[in-house]
Amino acid sequence: MREIYLDYNATTPIDPRVTEAMAPFLSDRFHNPSSLYQKSKITKKAIEDSREKLATLIGAAPKEIIFTGGGSESDNHAIKGIAFSLMKKGKHLITSSIEHHAVLHTCKFLEKIGFDVTYLPVDRYGIVNPDSVRKTIRDDTILVSIMYANNEIGTMEPIKEISEITREKGVIFHTDAVQAVGKIPINVNDLGVDLLSLSAHKFYGPKGVGALYIRKMLRIESLLHGGMQERGKRAGTENIAGIVGAGKAAEIAMEEMGEEKDKIKPLRDKLENELIKRIPEIIINGHPSNRLYNTLNIAIKYIEGEGMLTFLDFEGISVSSGSACASGSLDPSHVLLAVGVPIEHAHGSLRFSLGKYNNYKDIDKVIEVLPPIVEKLRSISPLWGKR
Amino acid sequence: MLDYSEKVIEEFRNPKNMGEIKDADGIGQVGNPTCGDMMWIYIKVRDGILTDVKFKTFGCVAAIATSSKVTQMVLNKPIDEALKITNKAVAEALDGLPTVKMHCSLLAEEGIKAAIEDYFKKKDKKEG
Ligand code: FES
Repeated sequence: MREIYLDYNATTPIDPRVTEAMAPFLSDRFHNPSSLYQKSKITKKAIEDSREKLATLIGAAPKEIIFTGGGSESDNHAIKGIAFSLMKKGKHLITSSIEHHAVLHTCKFLEKIGFDVTYLPVDRYGIVNPDSVRKTIRDDTILVSIMYANNEIGTMEPIKEISEITREKGVIFHTDAVQAVGKIPINVNDLGVDLLSLSAHKFYGPKGVGALYIRKMLRIESLLHGGMQERGKRAGTENIAGIVGAGKAAEIAMEEMGEEKDKIKPLRDKLENELIKRIPEIIINGHPSNRLYNTLNIAIKYIEGEGMLTFLDFEGISVSSGSACASGSLDPSHVLLAVGVPIEHAHGSLRFSLGKYNNYKDIDKVIEVLPPIVEKLRSISPLWGKR
Repeated sequence: MLDYSEKVIEEFRNPKNMGEIKDADGIGQVGNPTCGDMMWIYIKVRDGILTDVKFKTFGCVAAIATSSKVTQMVLNKPIDEALKITNKAVAEALDGLPTVKMHCSLLAEEGIKAAIEDYFKKKDKKEG
């Protein structure tokens, strides 16, 4: 059975061109870039080439990019790095209630050691009100961290409006753009952000490698201390194959992003429209239009997500759910709760996130198999009969 | 996906005894405070024997599988035997459940007990 993979926001398959670019660095090009012989120039140059490609993808200068071990490390680095370098100036941070756990749990950690964090609410579409950022900034605010696009519901935040405020107030602004980079055009200067996190495996690159954009002249404490790699900002011998893969993925994204959008958006739209037509009592979570073109999050009322996900899995279809039962921790998705989805509906949530290897056949299959699955589970549900 | 046993998956894929009993002698409605799920069990009793058992469940894979299993375990059994069913026994009959899912099997045990309790209450009323 062919797998129908619809979980691209979780991770993406590696583009074969990326694998190919990485291969030499997993065999004979193994030399430590910090060494002094001829051969290590090859690995050193490979890293710098990749840096340039990633910089181009987000409109930054190569010097403003450091490689990390992934999106979570980038978020940790940005937030703890600023907190530690500015703690004498102030101890207040602002973020939103729908951030990725890499941001939220980092903030929780900082609270534990004496920082003060404000978690801004969002509206029912998941949007942070820039005005609330303005009102929350205090004299001791040192960082605002708001994500570019939400991984669960796809809603995109008004980053530019927020950066105008942080600029005016002289507060540093970080955005977790892990779900946006590679999907939509991004320019850090247009956006006006000071720090930006990205992750290679969200745009057909390898896992375990990401990057942090750090605006020129910005002082930030390191997370990993040791050697002078990444200009002293991130110690440790470089993950060269990973970095080369990230660079290749960035290069491909830069060239093909537009095409991908033109291909994926109609697929997502068809999926959305057909499911609404064929399944009664479903709700679309996230913003109707200001949403990543590949993401569809729906709540199917009166049934539970893990069951649906499992039936879809029997059919070879891979999706995810924000249901409490599917979470392992038995907490429903904090994002769905923050946008005001009642717990019962969060229960029946499914996230479809599409990517460049999907086609109409995939979508048609979901449209065909999901309605009877819903019907079956609803026929078992005590809530369906009593609604 | 969670590491469910083959038996859990099979039971979930083809659940038995789902639905309602229109003129049930007892109905047990139980809920799960941990994650907000629900299980309703319907029973029919004749001469102290559970002659029909049906369920409706709003819950996860484990909740549906254990509902289905428990109805089969108590069907055609005398009431006092059905009352001895434990969630552990239901889980074991399915070759075990992942630890985070043990609480779901609790619904199955409580559902049957609640249905029997309801049956006795109704009976007392009738006879009382
Ligand atoms: S019923 Fe919610 S986890 Fe099983």
